[in-house]
Parts: sequence; structure tokens; C-alpha cells
Amino acid sequence: MVIQELNSEILPNDPQIIEINLLFEGIFQRYGYDFRDYGKAHAKRRIMHRMAISGFSSISELQHMVLYDESFFHLLLQDLSINTTEMFRDPEFFLSIREQVIPVLKTYPFIKIWHAGCSTGEEVYSMAILLQEEGLLNRTQIYATDFNPNVLQKAKEAIYPVSQMKDYTRNYLKSGGKSSFSEYYNARYDSAILKKILKENIVFADHNLVTDSVFGEMNLVMCRNTLIYFNKQLQDKVVGLFRDSLVSGGFLCLGSKESISFSPHNIYFEPIVAKHKIFRMKY
Amino acid sequence: MQSANTVPYDAIVIGASAGGLDALGIFLPILDVRLPVPILIVQHISATSDSFIITYFDRLCKLKVKEAEEKEILKPGHVYFAPPDYHLLVESDKSISLSNEEKVNYSRPSIDVLFETASWAFGNRLIGIILTGANWDGAAGCELIRKSGGMVIVQDPKTASIARMPESVIERLNPDYVLPLKEIGHLINKIFFLTPTR
Ligand SMILES: C[S@@+](CC[C@H](N)C(=O)[O-])C[C@H]1O[C@@H](n2cnc3c(N)ncnc32)[C@H](O)[C@@H]1O
Repeated sequence: MVIQELNSEILPNDPQIIEINLLFEGIFQRYGYDFRDYGKAHAKRRIMHRMAISGFSSISELQHMVLYDESFFHLLLQDLSINTTEMFRDPEFFLSIREQVIPVLKTYPFIKIWHAGCSTGEEVYSMAILLQEEGLLNRTQIYATDFNPNVLQKAKEAIYPVSQMKDYTRNYLKSGGKSSFSEYYNARYDSAILKKILKENIVFADHNLVTDSVFGEMNLVMCRNTLIYFNKQLQDKVVGLFRDSLVSGGFLCLGSKESISFSPHNIYFEPIVAKHKIFRMKY
Repeated sequence: MQSANTVPYDAIVIGASAGGLDALGIFLPILDVRLPVPILIVQHISATSDSFIITYFDRLCKLKVKEAEEKEILKPGHVYFAPPDYHLLVESDKSISLSNEEKVNYSRPSIDVLFETASWAFGNRLIGIILTGANWDGAAGCELIRKSGGMVIVQDPKTASIARMPESVIERLNPDYVLPLKEIGHLINKIFFLTPTR
């Protein structure tokens, strides 16, 4: 009786979850991308969607195609990666950075920042604008990483639909922007091309938070809205990776719904602005 | 209290859009404090709204009302609202996931995303309820709940401040119940054998 109860907790009773576990194991062995500790509900929605448009009748059938056709795998990779982002997303977060974090960074001669899961770059360039306005950009090195080569390419290009500039301007102003947002881009037809000065100190690189290692000696690590797609164990492992990448007194910034309170690494951090998930490594 | 195996359902999901706050204000306070299952709610709401609806409903209801937090395990007698600008999903281990993937039916949070994932997690032990609204979010989710053997309840369109959303469910399937708000509340109490205490 007891054993049965235990099992029902550990073993998925939804056969499709079993198929997804097998699919992720296959993807890991074949391509090295490790989704095994990602949340399954969201993955299942994406996989079912791909299954429907590709005309497969089961996940196992789709798995066969994934293992034998690399281009099909890349299609699924795009399905599984969620790239939603915007400039100055959660403006109050950026306001807190400006008010609580920048004064500390100003005391350093040289600053290193890591944006993990940077998607198409909007968050990185928002930070670059903020640093520029605070007079810090020219002594900052920014590393912006993601595991999805397609979004990294877009991030490097720094060209965004001009239609979004209205929303971004509003966010920028709410985030404590000191200048005029339009100074940071040139509009051409439907595109807003960010100015070159914002890109000069940024290195974009392919980095997988699950399978790649530490990025050393950072003063600030920003990883927002990426951990929510991981299960608890993986979140914990990645928070450990951030801890190892930060100098003492370095800052860790997470997304508005993310937290480290559940993680054993929690004790090494103190909240600076709890509401906006800004933490600092204790000395 | 009933013993666990006599409780006929394991969770309730609710979708509401335009007019939903008023509707929930009538429906939720009727629910008995002893309700032995969790309730998950997607109320369409602006991406920038604050946590006022949580405080408001927590004061109004006998049940504990809170904003859904990622990875938390669902508890009986708790009412979880999707946070603004995040989809609310249920994992097969009955924990909560949040996601900011793109909008579904022009909505984030989307009712279909909650209903679909909850249906995967709870199968035939799920009740889905659709209240007032001006779109069709939730109709596909209701269809899945129904196919999986769960129960579908919709607010009687004649009593809804906007009839479109309940109607869109009725167009796709034959709901188990079509009722005014208060009666949905009493029905839920009755389903879980909760008779009013005095
Ligand atoms: C929702 S976006 C967040 C973008 C930005 N940080 C923000 O908050 O606006 C999540 C990003 O994480 C990336 N990602 C997901 N899993 C990853 C992994 N294992 N390693 C590196 N990046 C990952 C995705 O490709 C996606 O671009």
C-alpha cells in the first residue's frame, strides 16, 4: 500500500509524460541539448503543437524524426525555446538597478556583467543604455549568452521593429531614463537600428546553462525569466553556477516570479531589492 | 470531512474575462471553507495590474486566496490566481509552473493553457468553469476536459455580463451544467458534500 502510494508520486501516470522523458533522453544523447530537467507541462504543449502541424499521431513517432533528421530537431529546438523579451521589461526593476546597484558599481574601476539567457538582446541593450547614462559603459565588459543560435544572431544585429519603440519608450521613461529614448536608435523603414556605441562592449556567446560551466569573476549576473522553465533541481544547480561566477559582493538579478529562497545556495545571498529579485553575494 | 477516495474530483479550474471580477465576487464567497480541492483561476487582466485583486478576494472569501507562485504544490482549500502577464500551468506532479511564452488567444494568462495542462494533470478528476467574457479563450480547454472525462460548467449566458465566452463553450460542446453564478457556487459545495453550517 505504502509502496503503491510512493510510486504514484514518482512515476508519471500520463503516458505522454513518459514519451517526453524518452524524447528528451534521446535529444540529449544525440545532440547534447539537455531538456531533461525542464518543466514538462510547457514542453508538452510545444511538442503537441509541433506534432499536430507535422501530422504525427504520437510523440514517439515524432521522436523518430527528431533522432534521424537534424533539421527537424532544430525546428523542435525553436519550439522549446521561449524568447519573449522586451526593452526595459519590468521598468521598476531597472529603476531599482539604477538606484540601488549602480552606486556600488560606480566604486569599481572595471565592471563585468553576464546576461544569461539573453534571448534577442533587448535586455542587454537596455542595460547598456542605463550604463551609458550613468557613465559606466566604457569601463564595463558585458557577456551576453544564450543556447539558441538563432536568437543570438538577432541579438548581435540589434535591429527591432520600429512599431515596438512606443512601448519601449514608455518603459524607458518609467525605468528612470535620463535622456530621450529615440537617441539610441536610427529608424529606417520598419526597423529601429540600435546605435553602435551600445554594442561596443558586448560579447555575444553560445552558452548552455545546463551543460556548460562557470563564467568567471562577474560583478553582476542577470538571468531573468529563464529559470522558470527549469525544475527545482536544475534551478538550484544553475543558481550554484551563478554563485561560482560572482565575486564577493556581486549582484544576482532574477525575473520577477523567480526566487532562490528554496535553494541551499540562498544562504550565500542577501536580498537587496526583494520585490525585484535583486540579490547580493555576501562577503 | 469525507475520506479522500470518496471525493469525486481533485481540482477546479476557472476562466473569466470581461466582467469576471464582479462574477468571481459573487461566486467565490459562496464556496465552503472546507473545500477539499485547490482552485486555479485565470482572470484576464492587464499586464501591469498590481496585486490588488488578491487582497480583495482574500478578504472576501472563506478560502485562502493567493497569487500562484512557480513550483508551489497545490493545496486543498486554496485559490490560486494567475499573475498578470504570465501563463499558469499545472505539472503532472500537481505543482505550478508559470511561463511568459507568447499570448494564446491574444491573452496572457490564457484560460486554454491552464485548462489544457490541468486536464493533462487531473484527467477525469477535474472541473472546469467558464464565466463571463468577450472572447473564446477556454473553449478548447473545456473540450479537452470533457474528452478526458472531467466536468464542464458554464455560467448561463443570459446571466453573464458578457455572454460571448460561455456561449463559445456551449457552441462546441454540451456542458454538464449551465447555471447562474450563485447556483454554480452551491453546486460546487454540493459536489463535495458540503452542506451549510450554522
Ligand atoms: C524568456 S527568455 C528571457 C529573455 C530575457 N532575459 C528577459 O527576461 O527578457 C529565455 C531565454 O533563455 C534561453 N534559454 C533557455 N534554456 C537555456 C539554457 N539551458 N541555456 C542558456 N539559455 C537558455 C532561451 O533560449 C531564451 O532566449
